[in-house]
Order: sequence, then structure tokens, then C-alpha cells
Amino acid sequence: MSPAEQIDILLNGDEAAAWAAKHCNVDVVAAYPITPQTIIVERFSEFVANGEVDCEFIAVESEHSALSACVGAAAAGARTFTATAANGLNLMHEILYIASSLRLPIVMAIANRAVSGPINIHCDHTDAIGSAFLASWIMFFCENAQEVYDTIIQAYKIAEDPRILLPVMVCFDGFLISHTAERIKVFKDDKVVYDFLGGPRKVAKINLMGKEVELSLNPKNPVPVTFGPLDLFDYYFEHKRQQVEAMENAYKVIAEVHEQYAELSGRRYGDGFLVPYKTEDAEIIAVVMGSTAGTMRYIVDEMREEGIKIGVLRVRTYRPFPYEKLAKYLSKAKVVGVFDRAQDAGLVGGPLFIETRASLYDLPERPIVVNYVYGLGGRDMTPELIRQAFDELVDIAKGKIKPFRRKYIGVRE
Amino acid sequence: MSEELKGWKEIPIAGVPFKPSTEYKTGDWRAFRPIIDEKKCVKCLQCWLFCPDMAIKIEWEPDGKRPRRVYYDYNYCKGCGICANVCPVKAITMIPEGGES
Amino acid sequence: MAKSAKEWAPNLFEIAKMPDYIASGHRMCAGCVAPIIVKLALRALPNPENTVIVNATGCLEVATTIFPYTAWRRPWIHNAFENAAATASGVEAAFKVLKRKGIWKDELPTVLVFGGDGGTFDIGLQSLSGAVERGHKFIYILYDNEAYMNTGIQRSGGTPQYAATTTSPAGKVIPGKLEWKKPIGYIIASHLNAYVATANPYYWMDFMKKVRKAAEYNGPAFIHAISPCDRGWRFDPSISMEVARLATDTCLHPLWEFDPETREYRVTDRSLYLAKNPDKIVPIEEYLRRQGRFAHLFRPKKREDLIKQIQDRVMKEWHYLLKLAGLE
Repeated sequence: MSPAEQIDILLNGDEAAAWAAKHCNVDVVAAYPITPQTIIVERFSEFVANGEVDCEFIAVESEHSALSACVGAAAAGARTFTATAANGLNLMHEILYIASSLRLPIVMAIANRAVSGPINIHCDHTDAIGSAFLASWIMFFCENAQEVYDTIIQAYKIAEDPRILLPVMVCFDGFLISHTAERIKVFKDDKVVYDFLGGPRKVAKINLMGKEVELSLNPKNPVPVTFGPLDLFDYYFEHKRQQVEAMENAYKVIAEVHEQYAELSGRRYGDGFLVPYKTEDAEIIAVVMGSTAGTMRYIVDEMREEGIKIGVLRVRTYRPFPYEKLAKYLSKAKVVGVFDRAQDAGLVGGPLFIETRASLYDLPERPIVVNYVYGLGGRDMTPELIRQAFDELVDIAKGKIKPFRRKYIGVRE
Repeated sequence: MSEELKGWKEIPIAGVPFKPSTEYKTGDWRAFRPIIDEKKCVKCLQCWLFCPDMAIKIEWEPDGKRPRRVYYDYNYCKGCGICANVCPVKAITMIPEGGES
Repeated sequence: MAKSAKEWAPNLFEIAKMPDYIASGHRMCAGCVAPIIVKLALRALPNPENTVIVNATGCLEVATTIFPYTAWRRPWIHNAFENAAATASGVEAAFKVLKRKGIWKDELPTVLVFGGDGGTFDIGLQSLSGAVERGHKFIYILYDNEAYMNTGIQRSGGTPQYAATTTSPAGKVIPGKLEWKKPIGYIIASHLNAYVATANPYYWMDFMKKVRKAAEYNGPAFIHAISPCDRGWRFDPSISMEVARLATDTCLHPLWEFDPETREYRVTDRSLYLAKNPDKIVPIEEYLRRQGRFAHLFRPKKREDLIKQIQDRVMKEWHYLLKLAGLE
């Protein structure tokens, strides 16, 4: 089946997010502006003001209220969307866990930005990873505006799947993607997207006190639903275990939706979870998330010309973490350099590094895994710095330098 | 009140409670039990109005126009004594639970 | 078709025949007034079958939904402590747009919000103010038990002056909370677009009429109901309604409403009677001496100075209200 008709349009990452939400015909958007996500909120407000999308736009008074309003709207049965970054995401932190435990298919776009302090508005992954670390949200990291558009559409199909019912976070680099205009393809007829999602949100059904009811605040339910009870130590653990089940199902559903969307659009992103570039025979593999992957592929090509067997593996799906697939891609490599754009001073290494090492631990033969923390607060990860790091990885493979645990690249000593 | 606890596969998702509160009998909280003197009761329903536990029930006349009598559901009455306090004709007395004195 | 709020008054027998929307078996304390407030509020609505309830964290939320039991016979959502109004904004907006899109095919449900003084005066004030400013149509009922009762009686912005709480204890040097109660009703009324009222469940007809008016107002509505707490205020549960009555009879919690269309303040029911018959106003001491949280004003030594201070302030606020209502 050939892909649906699409048109070329010049959009930056933020605008791509707004367009995707419009094409998904979201019902309620509750959002608060924060750089570098502001354009999402502004563009979407324009769509609403021009009648291009029939949506209730709630101009909430804080990010905490933004996600709270989305929880209320999603519980009422609406398809909801919001967006934030950095401190805004931290402000709504408490509600992340609630949204996930109430099994609400909210989709949130994050324009990744450094977390205060000092206050910094530039690209950094600490916000999403830090804030959502244990919140049980499905999370994607996009590389460009096209992927942002595609992933938000996929996000609704994944989130609303009755096997999942978890909220989804679609992350992309602040300024580097959010504010960079690119020529992307969007569907000519937005009904195509609406149909792909199955039309309006179909609220899941559960069995309650012997009756089949909608998992929502529907006043017509034969048994009314109570959301958000008090759990004592006798049931909380079981409720958390149920969320794990949904996340396990996500491995299957994300792959399915990725395939279905590929048929609709003609576009794929690796296997949906990991995007490999020249990794099949690579001795050295760099693991990275976000837009830096693009620059790295350019250096990989340069080094391949010189006969060095090097590749890049971009992690697209961060939660559920694709540990099995990652182990398969990396098992034959000699040296793996994991590049983190986020950190906690006290962790063994950056978050991507520790999950990579954990994924590889059970392999009978493991590559050497080292960590580079880069780009915090928008520090540019230049081709020169990447080349420098890659050369070090080559030297480790050759035994010329000792492997290390974690290095900071791009910081002035 | 203790019963077999269910596993994660048996309970609804999203933390939705699956039992009505009426299965939990708060009547065993009582230290004092209210008794209505039906001869004094004028069926003004003040006790019914101010019962926090909906433990006071009304039996209506066959034509449904007036209450015929007011009585307690002792499964839920917590013995707070508000009914005895608000009754304008002092038709309700609180006696120690477990003793008809 | 229900009568309009201007003429509607609750008919006791009619409301007595309605089903329970909050059921027996909830675990609120014996003698708690909060479930009485909920019971009366739901029966005052023109369409209780088509109502969605949002509840902030607090006594009411916690004690009525101890998993796996729920006392609620209407759709109900608890989100977090400080965001009941924001959650309600989302619910209201969702039904509005779903109806517009033809997905929700019935009448728009009433959105009823319950918040305690904790979730309203203090941590929840921002989201309440935001929701009122945006003009969502919801009824916010504040059940005010005058402290963070659920966590063990800590002081809130709603705690009255000289009340003892665990974080404003009556000690050798400081006699309880020194600050006067935050005038939450005036704060919400000052947004100028909400129907605002104070209420007392003892004066149940006035309370129910106000809930009905709130339901029929096409915008945000806020009702401040006093909710005596026999545990935190320390009195025998049997006198809960007596304490409630005295709160209004002493003019400490007067009954008034603010009409956003005419911008009028009106004194109602018992308080209107007291405005016309000031000799019937009960001295504040009658209210104070019944409650353990004010015991330090009487023992070991009677603090006439502090009681007078409270009495004077009560009368000052009362006259301020009468002036606002054009009765002085």
C-alpha cells in the first residue's frame, strides 16, 4: 500500500509538534509557556483561534495545573495534549506519577532544556530523564522535526491502545530541534491521521462490580468510577505491578504502531526503538540520544573513509528501555562510548550509560563501555569534539589508552 | 473485616476501587447506641438530615406523602449522638452499646 | 423541569426520598460534619444523576475511598492536594468540547468540587484563582474544618485566631494561632465573576438554596461551608450541629452571598435576622467555651483580654460585612 499523500512544509520542531496535535484532533490542550516550548503553545493557540482545530485550549496558570487539567480532561474521556520543558516539567513532577497510575493516555511534548540553577534555557536532557526517571511514562527522544511530527501521532495510537493506557512523553532538543526550521512532510488531509488513530479517543472498558463500564468519569456508567483512592500497604504494590505489565506490552505495541505508521507515511526510524548507522560490523559504537546523532553520523562517514570500523546507535525509545535489542546491536563491538546529555553528580555515570551497562551485563562477552557527558546547558557538541571522543574510543580499542568510567567532554578545565 | 487479598491480575486497573463502602460495616465503631421512642417521635426528620452516615432510614406511608416511622440501620450507625442532640422533642436516647438499660 | 434558583427551596420530604450519592460505610469520624455537607449539596443540585465530583486530598477524600471501598455513587476523581480546581477545569473543558464534537451526546454534567481549608486557603489557592479567572463553570464547595485535619490538626490559613493546633499550640508564651482567619470568601468574590456564598450545614435550607443558585449560575461558584471537627476542635461528637449553629449565631461565620451579576453582597437567613435583631447575637464566649481548642482561654486562668479581642474583632468583621451589604 503506498503512503498517504503528504506535502512539504517548512516547520521547526515546536511547530511540528503543534501540527501533529492539530492533525490528531486533540480535544483539550492545557499548557503553560516555557522557553523553548513556547512556540508549540503559541502556534496551537493560533490554530484554535482560526478554527483549524476544534479544541478547548485552557491557558492554565502554572505547569502543575497544566498536567492536572490534562488529568481531569483525560479522565473525562478527552484526547489531551500538553507541552513543557525543564523547570515546568519539574513543577508538574508530582502529577506525572498520578497520570501514569490513573492510566491516562496523555501525550506531552518536551523541548529538552537544562534545569535551573543556574537558570539556563538551552538544550540539555536532564529535565525529561530526571523528572520522569521513575514515573512510568513511555518516552521517545526525537532527532529532528519530522520525527517529532511522526512520533506524536504514533504516541496517541500507542497510549490509547487498551493494552497500554500509559501517558507518553515525546522529547526533542530545545532550540536545536525546537527552533530550527526544517523542510518536513505532513499529511495533506489531516483526516488521514484521525483515521489512523481510529477517530476520536475510544475510552477503555473495564469490568467493575459486575458491570462493564468506561474507564472514565462518564456519568452514564452503570457503576460510577472512582479515580484516585487511598491505597494502604495491602494494595499499592499490586497497582504498581499492573503498570509494569502495561510497560511490558509497550515493546510489542510500539513495534506494531511503528510498522503501521511506516505504511501510512513511508518513514521508519530504525526498528522503532533503536536507530543504527553502520553498526553491523562496527568495532566501535557510539550510543546517543537526540540531534547529536546526526553530527555523529557525519563523523562516522569521515572515519569510515579512513578505514575505521565505527558506527552510531541512536536510542529513540527511552522508556520502555530496549535492553534486549540494545544488547544485540552492541554485543559484537569492542568499545562502546555512551554519550549522555544529562547527569546527576552522584550516579556511577550518565543515565544512558548505566542503562547500557545494565543491558549488557548478562552477555557472555561484553564490550568495554565508557561514558562521555556532553552538551550540558546547551554547550555545543561540535564535530571536532565528537572526532576527539571517537579517536579516544579507537585508542581504547587498540589498547593505547586505558578505559575510564566517565569523562566530561567540552567543559573547560 | 479481613478477607482474602486479591492479586494484581484480579483487580481493576488504574486503582479503581471495586467494592461499595456499604460492604464495610461501621456499626462496630459504636460505644453508644441511639434508641428512638416512637411515641414521642414527630417524624420531623431532623435526625435524618444531620446523620453523617446515612444510618437513619425512613419508612413512608403507603401513599408516600408523609413518613410513617424513622429507624436506624445499626450496621452503619457510629453512635455519634448528633441525632439525639438535634431532636426537638428529645425522642432519642443514647445508651451504652451492648446494654439495654 | 426544576424550578429556578430564585424561587427554589428544598422540600424536606422530596430530598428525603432521593437516593444516597455518598453512601454509608465511609470512614469519616463519628460526628464529622463534612459528609453532611456532601449529602445536602448533592441533593440540592437540579441534576445529581448528571454530576461529576472532583475532590482535593484531605479528610473527605481519604476516608471515603480507602481501597478497595468507595462511598461515592457518582463519578469522582481525586488528583492531588493543590489542584482540585485545575483538575475540575480539565473535566469541565473536556465535556464541553466532547459535546461540541458530538462525542458526548447528553447534557453537560455539573462539575462539583470539594476541597478542605488546606487544599483551598493555602496550597490550592493558586489553582482555584486560576480556574475562577478563566471562568470555568463549576461549583467549588469548601468544607472548612479550620486546620489540616487529615494530617493531624495542623494550622491552616483558615484556622481562627487563638485556636490551638499542633503547629500553633497554646503554650506558656504564645496562646495559639495569632493570625486572624484568611477572608477566603472576599478573595474569591474579588475576582468579580464568581457566585460566592458562605454557608452553614445547620442552616440547611439556606445552604441548599445557595448550592442550587451556584448550579444555575453560568460560571464559577464558590461556597464556603463551616464544617466543625469534633476531633480537631475537641468537643463531644454529639454537639457537632450545636457548634455549627453557634458559629453563625455569634456572627463568627455569617451567612452571605455575592451576586456577580449585580455585584451585590447580601446577608441571608439567620444572619439577616441577626442584622435586624442584634440583641439576639450570641456572645463569642458561648462558642469558644464548648471547644477544647480554645480551652487555654479559660483554664488555668480565664483570658478575658483575649476573649474580648476575639469578640471585638468578630463585631468589626460583622459590621464590615453589613456595610458591604448596604445594611449599615
